[in-house]
Amino acid sequence: MTQRTLITGNGAAAWGARLAGAEYMPVFPITPQTEIIETLGDWIGKGEMGGRMVTLESEHSMITAAGAGAATGVRVFTATSSQGLLYGMEMLYTVAGWRVPLVLVNVSRGLSAPITLEPDHNDILAARDSGCLQIHAATCQEVVDAILIAYRVAEDARVRLPAIVNLDGFYLSFTREPVWLPDASKVAQFLPDMDPDEFAFRADKPVSAAVAVLGGGPYSYFRYQTHLAALGAVEVFEEACVEYDRVFGRSYAPVMAHRLDDAEIVFVMMGSFATKAMDAVDRLRAQGVKAGLARPLLLRPWPQDAIRKALTGRKAVVVVDQNLSMGFGGVLRGEVASALYGQADAPGALLGYVGGLGGRDITFAEFAEMAREAETAAAGGEAPPTRLLYTQAELREVRNLQTLAHAQGLTPGGEGRS
Amino acid sequence: MYRIRFHGRGGQGMKTASRILGAAFFLEGFEVQDAPRYGAERRGAPIFAFVRADRSPILERGVIPNPDLVMVADDTLVGMPQAGVLQGLNAHAVLAIHSTTPAGEWRQRLNTDARIVILPPLFDLLDAAQRVRVSAVIAGAAACLTGRVGRDTLSQAVRTELADLTNTVIKDNINKALQAYDEMNEFKGIAEPQPRTDTPLPTGWITLGLDPATLAAPAIHAAANSVQVRTGLWRTLRPVFDYSHCNRCNWVCGSFCPDGVVSADENGWPRIDYDHCKGCMVCVAQCPKHAIQGMPEGWAAQQTMPTPPSPDRKEAAP
Ligand code: SF4
Ligand code: SF4
Repeated sequence: MTQRTLITGNGAAAWGARLAGAEYMPVFPITPQTEIIETLGDWIGKGEMGGRMVTLESEHSMITAAGAGAATGVRVFTATSSQGLLYGMEMLYTVAGWRVPLVLVNVSRGLSAPITLEPDHNDILAARDSGCLQIHAATCQEVVDAILIAYRVAEDARVRLPAIVNLDGFYLSFTREPVWLPDASKVAQFLPDMDPDEFAFRADKPVSAAVAVLGGGPYSYFRYQTHLAALGAVEVFEEACVEYDRVFGRSYAPVMAHRLDDAEIVFVMMGSFATKAMDAVDRLRAQGVKAGLARPLLLRPWPQDAIRKALTGRKAVVVVDQNLSMGFGGVLRGEVASALYGQADAPGALLGYVGGLGGRDITFAEFAEMAREAETAAAGGEAPPTRLLYTQAELREVRNLQTLAHAQGLTPGGEGRS
Repeated sequence: MYRIRFHGRGGQGMKTASRILGAAFFLEGFEVQDAPRYGAERRGAPIFAFVRADRSPILERGVIPNPDLVMVADDTLVGMPQAGVLQGLNAHAVLAIHSTTPAGEWRQRLNTDARIVILPPLFDLLDAAQRVRVSAVIAGAAACLTGRVGRDTLSQAVRTELADLTNTVIKDNINKALQAYDEMNEFKGIAEPQPRTDTPLPTGWITLGLDPATLAAPAIHAAANSVQVRTGLWRTLRPVFDYSHCNRCNWVCGSFCPDGVVSADENGWPRIDYDHCKGCMVCVAQCPKHAIQGMPEGWAAQQTMPTPPSPDRKEAAP
């Protein structure tokens, strides 16, 4: 398996689980993730892959089973998307508190309401504070690589937390790209079996896991321990990346850089849409604009030092959030601002844009305009308020839909208020 | 970069066609991205798939708004705005249609500058047995139109993508793909990558303001609005009554129809609302009198549908 093959993001996720030697796979279907568990089921059915797959009756039970399985010392893989992730949210926080390692793949899809099938990151960001590690893949290649790295970090004795690998629905899930599948014989070098001393589950060694505590003192202790483990996972992740590069020859870092060296205007984006930003950076460079891209591969733990290193000393930083925290704005912009506050050579301006919601495209013209606004803001020392990437033509389409829906309050010209 | 779109209906093999072409480009040393695009629809609904192929890594993602080549397996989609076949076509692009209507007539009918090519008649969409070939034929023709894929590579790509099928079927598909490739020879290489302009266009941005919640909640106030979704466009087979056999039992077809589009007229004769019948053929299978037949949609659309005998067959019949 050392050939480059065309494979979808969902296929790459299934390969990640197979190569990692997942032993227990509690699952529940949801678009656009289902193909992952179908692929695994097919392999198991044909005897090409070991392990046991169990279909549960909901994501809530699925994540409970995943955490319980991991507590017994078997390698667990599971996958979900969107509403499914939210349905299992209670248990996501819970199993992180159990301090058990497992890998969950989330195929990003915008949240209801209104319901959609296409991607943005509000689903995965709802898990931001759960205690789960969070890795955002931008290509099908990164999906398989990130899963192997995620297992190694999650199972590390210094960490022992669940990890979520995120890939975008449609843009990766159903899209084939050339992927180097890691050589199965080398995977064992990178990812040893789970340590049986760490995870013992035997009749002669009973454990009551996930106990209750009363009083803020013990509670604070356990919660803060989870936080410290997550913080420390940045370094463990970096170590894993070095080792991954050594074994497989592909190099990763908590924050991925594209033409950052002498960049004056730096875009910050996560996930598959970041490749659009890479393309835009190349095209802007051709026009003499010194643009670059910093892409957090790791969102939790938040790679604060790497973010500071990537963004300080720049003319302007442009964060494009493919998510929306209602009543606040883009989540990533907030994280970036907190990392840069009080830094001696903080960038001249920090601009926020919200785009790509529900899979809405972001065009080169828009990247070029964001870069131009960033130049102006840096020169004037004042950033404009966060803007939703939205056009007159898109609003017209909505007005047409509202007219068809007999929505109340359209002005006679059908223009609404905006 | 080559940007190629495939248009067909769900179930006609456009995903496989795009994968065969994608695999062929990949074998020729190109970087490739291929993907189908489907929504909440089902079999019979217009769908499309696309392929990008380039010599350097592909950073572009998502649907292709400005294709160099558009392949159409089902010509009933060309004039259907919902299918988006003509979207983004310019004088540089090639529109290749599987059709019995000649190119000249399409040129007149469609308001497009694109160069139009008619694909060889190597399959009949209406014959279910031939459907399995559609992907191979469409991919084979596209491979030739780009001029970047050799015959051997094409065969290998068909073999790879259809690996789950029997050897006989694979061989038939390879033959059909190669035949389509050869029959397109006079147009070999006419589809070429468009030069990309890097002049930033105006973004057309607006600042979205607050609307009252009555307007901004995603609610539909229009009553009976689902009739506006013409699911009849998904139909490839049309159920047609033979009233001389129908006994007006008037519940079997109507009860089994999953879409509730069969109603009885005042004399008890069943009628179908063709704007919304999806052509699933459940009624055809269920009618105890075999009084409903499935007719190819393209053909049926040109016919006058039989009307029920009036007012009562027993009296009207000789
Ligand atoms: S089921 Fe057949 S016989 Fe009965 S009403 Fe329908 S078409 Fe007529
Ligand atoms: S084919 Fe028959 S059963 Fe199916 S939707 Fe049409 S009328 Fe109803």
